[in-house]
Amino acid sequence: MTQPDENRETVVPTEEEKKAQKRRNLVIALTLVGFAVLVFAVTVLRLSSNISAGGG
Amino acid sequence: MTDTSVITREGGATSIASPRDYFALLKPRVMTLVVFTGLVGLVAAPVDMNPLAAAIAILCIAVGAGAAGALNMAYDADIDAVMRRTRLRPVARGVIRADEAYGLGVVLSLMSVLLMALATNYVAAGLLAFSILFYALVYTMWLKRSTPQNIVIGGAAGAFPPMIGWVAATGTVSLDAFILFMIIFLWTPPHSWALALYKSGDYSAAGVPMMPVAKGPKSTRLQIVIYTIAFLVAVTAPVLTGLGGMVYAGSALVGGAIFLILALRVYRSKAGDANAAEDELYAVRFGDKAARDLFAFSIGYLSLIFAALLVEHGLGLYWSPLGGLS
Repeated sequence: MTQPDENRETVVPTEEEKKAQKRRNLVIALTLVGFAVLVFAVTVLRLSSNISAGGG
Repeated sequence: MTDTSVITREGGATSIASPRDYFALLKPRVMTLVVFTGLVGLVAAPVDMNPLAAAIAILCIAVGAGAAGALNMAYDADIDAVMRRTRLRPVARGVIRADEAYGLGVVLSLMSVLLMALATNYVAAGLLAFSILFYALVYTMWLKRSTPQNIVIGGAAGAFPPMIGWVAATGTVSLDAFILFMIIFLWTPPHSWALALYKSGDYSAAGVPMMPVAKGPKSTRLQIVIYTIAFLVAVTAPVLTGLGGMVYAGSALVGGAIFLILALRVYRSKAGDANAAEDELYAVRFGDKAARDLFAFSIGYLSLIFAALLVEHGLGLYWSPLGGLS
Protein backbone atom coordinates (compact mmCIF):
# COMPACT_ATOMS: atom_id res chain seq x y z
CA MET A 1 0.00 0.00 0.00
CA THR A 2 1.52 3.36 -0.93
CA GLN A 3 1.61 6.38 1.41
CA PRO A 4 0.46 9.82 0.18
CA ASP A 5 3.19 12.06 -1.30
CA GLU A 6 4.88 14.35 1.24
CA ASN A 7 6.37 17.61 0.15
CA ARG A 8 8.90 19.17 2.41
CA GLU A 9 9.82 22.80 2.02
CA THR A 10 13.16 24.15 3.07
CA VAL A 11 13.92 27.82 3.21
CA VAL A 12 17.37 29.03 2.27
CA PRO A 13 18.41 32.51 3.36
CA THR A 14 19.51 34.99 0.72
CA GLU A 15 22.90 36.71 0.91
CA GLU A 16 21.23 39.87 2.24
CA GLU A 17 19.48 37.89 4.97
CA LYS A 18 22.73 36.17 5.96
CA LYS A 19 24.49 39.54 6.20
CA ALA A 20 21.69 41.00 8.30
CA GLN A 21 21.77 37.97 10.61
CA LYS A 22 25.53 38.28 11.08
CA ARG A 23 25.14 41.98 11.89
CA ARG A 24 22.42 41.17 14.44
CA ASN A 25 24.50 38.43 16.00
CA LEU A 26 27.45 40.80 16.35
CA VAL A 27 25.35 43.51 18.00
CA ILE A 28 23.81 40.97 20.42
CA ALA A 29 27.28 39.65 21.29
CA LEU A 30 28.67 43.14 21.87
CA THR A 31 25.65 44.06 24.00
CA LEU A 32 26.08 40.99 26.18
CA VAL A 33 29.79 41.62 26.60
CA GLY A 34 29.08 45.28 27.39
CA PHE A 35 26.50 44.25 29.99
CA ALA A 36 28.97 41.86 31.61
CA VAL A 37 31.64 44.59 31.67
CA LEU A 38 29.22 47.03 33.31
CA VAL A 39 28.23 44.50 35.97
CA PHE A 40 31.92 43.85 36.65
CA ALA A 41 32.64 47.61 36.87
CA VAL A 42 29.75 48.13 39.29
CA THR A 43 30.93 45.20 41.41
CA VAL A 44 34.45 46.65 41.65
CA LEU A 45 32.99 50.07 42.47
CA ARG A 46 30.82 48.67 45.26
CA LEU A 47 33.59 46.55 46.71
CA SER A 48 36.10 49.39 46.75
CA SER A 49 33.62 51.80 48.36
CA ASN A 50 32.80 49.15 50.99
CA ILE A 51 36.50 48.62 51.71
CA SER A 52 37.21 52.34 51.98
CA ALA A 53 34.20 52.70 54.28
CA GLY A 54 35.92 50.26 56.64
CA GLY A 55 34.13 47.08 55.73
CA GLY A 56 35.74 43.68 56.14
CA MET B 1 6.27 3.38 -0.11
CA THR B 2 6.43 7.12 0.59
CA ASP B 3 7.46 9.49 -2.15
CA THR B 4 8.94 12.70 -0.67
CA SER B 5 10.21 15.65 -2.58
CA VAL B 6 11.98 18.65 -1.19
CA ILE B 7 11.06 22.09 -2.39
CA THR B 8 13.70 24.70 -1.75
CA ARG B 9 12.62 28.30 -1.43
CA GLU B 10 15.07 31.16 -1.24
CA GLY B 11 14.34 34.11 1.02
CA GLY B 12 12.10 34.70 4.03
CA ALA B 13 14.29 32.65 6.39
CA THR B 14 15.14 35.61 8.59
CA SER B 15 14.70 39.35 8.92
CA ILE B 16 16.73 41.86 6.90
CA ALA B 17 16.21 44.61 9.45
CA SER B 18 19.31 46.72 10.03
CA PRO B 19 20.69 47.91 13.41
CA ARG B 20 19.18 51.30 12.55
CA ASP B 21 15.72 49.73 12.40
CA TYR B 22 16.20 48.14 15.82
CA PHE B 23 17.45 51.46 17.19
CA ALA B 24 14.36 53.18 15.77
CA LEU B 25 12.27 50.76 17.86
CA LEU B 26 13.62 52.46 20.97
CA LYS B 27 12.12 55.87 20.00
CA PRO B 28 15.46 57.73 20.13
CA ARG B 29 13.90 61.21 20.19
CA VAL B 30 11.88 60.36 23.29
CA MET B 31 14.98 58.73 24.79
CA THR B 32 16.88 62.02 24.36
CA LEU B 33 14.36 63.96 26.44
CA VAL B 34 14.21 61.17 29.02
CA VAL B 35 18.00 61.06 29.36
CA PHE B 36 18.16 64.83 29.70
CA THR B 37 15.47 65.11 32.39
CA GLY B 38 16.88 62.08 34.20
CA LEU B 39 20.32 63.68 34.20
CA VAL B 40 18.89 66.92 35.62
CA GLY B 41 17.16 65.02 38.41
CA LEU B 42 20.41 63.27 39.27
CA VAL B 43 22.53 66.44 39.16
CA ALA B 44 19.99 68.56 41.06
CA ALA B 45 19.84 66.04 43.91
CA PRO B 46 21.71 67.19 47.02
CA VAL B 47 23.97 64.11 47.06
CA ASP B 48 27.11 63.64 45.01
CA MET B 49 27.31 60.39 43.11
CA ASN B 50 30.28 58.45 41.88
CA PRO B 51 30.60 59.49 38.19
CA LEU B 52 30.63 55.90 36.96
CA ALA B 53 27.53 55.00 38.96
CA ALA B 54 25.85 58.19 37.71
CA ALA B 55 26.69 57.38 34.09
CA ILE B 56 25.35 53.85 34.49
CA ALA B 57 22.18 55.19 36.11
CA ILE B 58 21.58 57.50 33.15
CA LEU B 59 22.29 54.63 30.73
CA CYS B 60 19.74 52.48 32.58
CA ILE B 61 17.12 55.23 32.37
CA ALA B 62 17.80 55.55 28.62
CA VAL B 63 17.66 51.81 27.98
CA GLY B 64 14.55 51.45 30.13
CA ALA B 65 12.83 54.20 28.15
CA GLY B 66 13.89 52.54 24.92
CA ALA B 67 12.55 49.21 26.11
CA ALA B 68 9.19 50.81 26.89
CA GLY B 69 9.22 52.34 23.40
CA ALA B 70 9.84 48.95 21.79
CA LEU B 71 6.97 47.39 23.73
CA ASN B 72 4.72 50.25 22.68
CA MET B 73 5.65 49.87 19.00
CA ALA B 74 5.05 46.14 19.17
CA TYR B 75 1.57 46.53 20.61
CA ASP B 76 0.53 49.59 18.58
CA ALA B 77 1.71 48.32 15.18
CA ASP B 78 -1.87 48.19 13.91
CA ILE B 79 -2.68 51.83 14.65
CA ASP B 80 0.85 53.01 13.81
CA ALA B 81 0.36 51.59 10.30
CA VAL B 82 -2.75 53.74 9.83
CA MET B 83 -1.35 57.05 11.08
CA ARG B 84 0.81 59.17 8.79
CA ARG B 85 2.99 60.26 11.71
CA THR B 86 3.91 56.70 12.65
CA ARG B 87 3.47 54.50 9.59
CA LEU B 88 7.22 54.37 8.92
CA ARG B 89 7.95 52.77 12.28
CA PRO B 90 9.75 49.42 11.90
CA VAL B 91 6.97 47.13 13.14
CA ALA B 92 4.24 49.16 11.40
CA ARG B 93 5.92 48.75 8.01
CA GLY B 94 6.73 45.08 8.59
CA VAL B 95 10.53 45.33 8.77
CA ILE B 96 10.61 43.93 12.29
CA ARG B 97 8.09 41.41 13.60
CA ALA B 98 6.04 42.32 16.66
CA ASP B 99 7.32 39.32 18.63
CA GLU B 100 10.90 40.45 18.02
CA ALA B 101 10.03 43.93 19.30
CA TYR B 102 8.34 42.41 22.37
CA GLY B 103 11.40 40.28 23.00
CA LEU B 104 13.76 43.22 22.68
CA GLY B 105 11.59 45.31 25.00
CA VAL B 106 11.42 42.65 27.69
CA VAL B 107 15.14 41.84 27.60
CA LEU B 108 16.20 45.50 27.68
CA SER B 109 13.75 46.17 30.53
CA LEU B 110 15.23 43.36 32.62
CA MET B 111 18.81 44.41 31.88
CA SER B 112 18.22 48.08 32.68
CA VAL B 113 16.36 47.43 35.94
CA LEU B 114 18.92 44.86 37.10
CA LEU B 115 21.84 47.13 36.33
CA MET B 116 20.13 50.09 38.02
CA ALA B 117 19.67 48.00 41.18
CA LEU B 118 23.33 46.96 41.15
CA ALA B 119 24.72 50.41 40.39
CA THR B 120 22.49 52.56 42.60
CA ASN B 121 19.71 51.32 44.84
CA TYR B 122 16.54 49.24 44.84
CA VAL B 123 14.23 52.26 45.05
CA ALA B 124 15.55 53.70 41.79
CA ALA B 125 15.39 50.26 40.15
CA GLY B 126 11.85 49.79 41.42
CA LEU B 127 10.77 53.17 40.06
CA LEU B 128 12.37 52.38 36.71
CA ALA B 129 10.57 49.04 36.55
CA PHE B 130 7.30 50.69 37.53
CA SER B 131 7.65 53.39 34.88
CA ILE B 132 8.30 50.80 32.15
CA LEU B 133 5.32 48.71 33.25
CA PHE B 134 3.15 51.81 33.56
CA TYR B 135 3.93 52.91 30.01
CA ALA B 136 3.61 49.45 28.48
CA LEU B 137 0.61 48.11 30.37
CA VAL B 138 -1.38 51.05 31.77
CA TYR B 139 -0.88 53.55 28.94
CA THR B 140 -0.25 51.46 25.83
CA MET B 141 -2.46 48.45 26.41
CA TRP B 142 -5.28 50.08 28.37
CA LEU B 143 -5.64 53.87 28.41
CA LYS B 144 -4.51 54.87 24.93
CA ARG B 145 -7.38 53.15 23.10
CA SER B 146 -10.05 53.56 25.75
CA THR B 147 -10.19 57.10 27.14
CA PRO B 148 -9.54 60.70 26.11
CA GLN B 149 -7.69 61.04 29.44
CA ASN B 150 -5.08 58.63 28.04
CA ILE B 151 -2.17 61.04 27.94
CA VAL B 152 -3.16 62.83 31.15
CA ILE B 153 -2.69 59.67 33.21
CA GLY B 154 -0.29 57.93 30.86
CA GLY B 155 1.93 61.02 30.83
CA ALA B 156 3.13 59.97 34.26
CA ALA B 157 5.43 57.50 32.54
CA GLY B 158 7.36 60.35 30.95
CA ALA B 159 7.46 62.25 34.24
CA PHE B 160 9.35 59.56 36.12
CA PRO B 161 12.88 60.01 34.71
CA PRO B 162 13.90 63.09 36.76
CA MET B 163 12.50 61.42 39.87
CA ILE B 164 14.44 58.24 39.05
CA GLY B 165 17.63 60.28 38.56
CA TRP B 166 17.07 62.00 41.91
CA VAL B 167 16.37 58.71 43.70
CA ALA B 168 19.41 57.09 42.09
CA ALA B 169 21.52 59.72 43.84
CA THR B 170 19.71 60.00 47.17
CA GLY B 171 17.90 56.70 47.66
CA THR B 172 14.62 58.38 48.58
CA VAL B 173 11.83 60.40 46.99
CA SER B 174 11.68 63.99 48.27
CA LEU B 175 9.38 66.96 47.74
CA ASP B 176 11.73 68.40 45.10
CA ALA B 177 11.78 65.08 43.21
CA PHE B 178 8.00 65.07 43.29
CA ILE B 179 7.93 68.66 41.99
CA LEU B 180 10.10 67.66 39.02
CA PHE B 181 7.68 64.79 38.39
CA MET B 182 4.66 67.12 38.55
CA ILE B 183 6.24 69.65 36.16
CA ILE B 184 6.47 67.06 33.39
CA PHE B 185 3.17 65.41 34.37
CA LEU B 186 1.26 68.70 33.96
CA TRP B 187 3.27 69.68 30.85
CA THR B 188 2.22 66.54 28.99
CA PRO B 189 -1.47 67.40 28.33
CA PRO B 190 -1.00 70.84 26.67
CA HIS B 191 2.01 69.44 24.78
CA SER B 192 0.22 66.33 23.53
CA TRP B 193 -3.11 67.99 22.83
CA ALA B 194 -1.46 70.76 20.81
CA LEU B 195 -0.08 67.99 18.58
CA ALA B 196 -3.39 66.16 18.58
CA LEU B 197 -5.26 69.30 17.47
CA TYR B 198 -3.48 69.53 14.16
CA LYS B 199 -3.17 65.77 13.75
CA SER B 200 -6.71 64.89 14.80
CA GLY B 201 -7.50 63.36 11.42
CA ASP B 202 -4.66 60.92 11.91
CA TYR B 203 -5.84 59.84 15.37
CA SER B 204 -9.44 59.64 14.21
CA ALA B 205 -8.51 57.32 11.34
CA ALA B 206 -6.75 55.04 13.82
CA GLY B 207 -9.63 55.06 16.29
CA VAL B 208 -7.54 56.56 19.09
CA PRO B 209 -9.82 58.63 21.39
CA MET B 210 -7.52 61.62 21.72
CA MET B 211 -9.24 64.63 23.26
CA PRO B 212 -9.97 66.50 19.98
CA VAL B 213 -11.50 63.32 18.55
CA ALA B 214 -13.49 62.34 21.65
CA LYS B 215 -14.56 65.70 23.12
CA GLY B 216 -14.05 68.06 20.21
CA PRO B 217 -11.46 70.75 19.44
CA LYS B 218 -13.20 73.51 21.43
CA SER B 219 -13.11 71.53 24.67
CA THR B 220 -9.52 70.53 23.95
CA ARG B 221 -8.43 74.14 23.44
CA LEU B 222 -10.01 75.10 26.79
CA GLN B 223 -8.35 72.20 28.58
CA ILE B 224 -5.01 73.20 27.09
CA VAL B 225 -5.33 76.57 28.82
CA ILE B 226 -6.42 75.00 32.13
CA TYR B 227 -3.54 72.55 32.16
CA THR B 228 -1.13 75.30 31.08
CA ILE B 229 -2.06 77.31 34.15
CA ALA B 230 -1.64 74.25 36.39
CA PHE B 231 1.69 73.51 34.69
CA LEU B 232 2.96 77.05 35.24
CA VAL B 233 2.01 76.84 38.93
CA ALA B 234 4.12 73.68 39.19
CA VAL B 235 6.96 75.44 37.35
CA THR B 236 7.09 78.14 40.06
CA ALA B 237 7.34 75.57 42.87
CA PRO B 238 11.13 75.04 42.57
CA VAL B 239 11.66 78.75 43.26
CA LEU B 240 9.64 78.45 46.47
CA THR B 241 11.45 75.34 47.73
CA GLY B 242 14.90 76.61 46.76
CA LEU B 243 15.44 73.91 44.16
CA GLY B 244 15.56 76.58 41.46
CA GLY B 245 17.60 79.76 41.76
CA MET B 246 17.62 83.01 39.83
CA VAL B 247 18.64 81.46 36.50
CA TYR B 248 15.75 79.03 36.76
CA ALA B 249 13.35 81.72 37.97
CA GLY B 250 14.17 84.02 35.03
CA SER B 251 13.88 81.24 32.46
CA ALA B 252 10.67 79.93 33.94
CA LEU B 253 9.07 83.38 34.16
CA VAL B 254 9.89 84.61 30.66
CA GLY B 255 9.28 81.29 28.96
CA GLY B 256 6.16 80.70 31.01
CA ALA B 257 4.66 83.98 29.85
CA ILE B 258 5.27 83.00 26.23
CA PHE B 259 3.82 79.54 26.88
CA LEU B 260 0.65 81.09 28.30
CA ILE B 261 0.35 83.51 25.37
CA LEU B 262 0.68 80.65 22.89
CA ALA B 263 -1.87 78.58 24.78
CA LEU B 264 -4.35 81.48 24.76
CA ARG B 265 -3.70 81.93 21.05
CA VAL B 266 -4.65 78.30 20.49
CA TYR B 267 -7.74 78.78 22.66
CA ARG B 268 -8.94 81.73 20.57
CA SER B 269 -8.17 79.96 17.28
CA LYS B 270 -10.03 77.31 15.33
CA ALA B 271 -7.25 74.76 15.62
CA GLY B 272 -8.50 71.25 15.04
CA ASP B 273 -11.92 72.21 13.68
CA ALA B 274 -12.41 69.36 11.23
CA ASN B 275 -15.90 70.36 10.13
CA ALA B 276 -15.18 74.01 9.39
CA ALA B 277 -17.11 75.64 6.58
CA GLU B 278 -15.38 76.58 3.34
CA ASP B 279 -14.90 80.21 4.39
CA GLU B 280 -13.40 79.14 7.71
CA LEU B 281 -10.69 76.91 6.28
CA TYR B 282 -8.09 79.67 6.41
CA ALA B 283 -8.91 80.26 10.06
CA VAL B 284 -8.51 76.54 10.71
CA ARG B 285 -5.12 76.49 9.01
CA PHE B 286 -4.09 79.54 11.02
CA GLY B 287 -5.30 77.81 14.17
CA ASP B 288 -3.39 74.68 13.28
CA LYS B 289 -0.27 76.83 13.00
CA ALA B 290 -0.97 78.17 16.50
CA ALA B 291 -1.20 74.58 17.75
CA ARG B 292 2.04 73.67 15.99
CA ASP B 293 3.76 76.71 17.51
CA LEU B 294 2.60 75.72 21.00
CA PHE B 295 3.74 72.14 20.45
CA ALA B 296 7.19 73.21 19.28
CA PHE B 297 7.58 75.81 22.05
CA SER B 298 6.48 73.35 24.72
CA ILE B 299 9.46 71.14 23.93
CA GLY B 300 11.84 74.10 23.95
CA TYR B 301 10.43 75.48 27.21
CA LEU B 302 10.70 72.21 29.10
CA SER B 303 14.28 71.84 27.86
CA LEU B 304 15.02 75.44 28.90
CA ILE B 305 13.83 75.15 32.52
CA PHE B 306 15.53 71.80 33.01
CA ALA B 307 18.70 73.19 31.43
CA ALA B 308 18.52 76.08 33.90
CA LEU B 309 18.45 73.59 36.79
CA LEU B 310 21.38 71.71 35.25
CA VAL B 311 23.40 74.90 34.92
CA GLU B 312 22.64 75.96 38.48
CA HIS B 313 23.37 72.64 40.15
CA GLY B 314 25.90 71.22 37.71
CA LEU B 315 28.03 74.32 37.22
CA GLY B 316 27.50 75.85 40.64
CA LEU B 317 25.77 78.94 39.25
CA TYR B 318 22.99 78.89 41.80
CA TRP B 319 21.90 82.27 43.14
CA SER B 320 19.21 81.96 45.72
CA PRO B 321 16.11 84.06 45.04
CA LEU B 322 16.53 85.20 48.64
CA GLY B 323 19.97 86.60 47.88
CA GLY B 324 23.45 85.09 48.06
CA LEU B 325 25.36 82.63 45.95
CA SER B 326 25.08 79.06 47.17
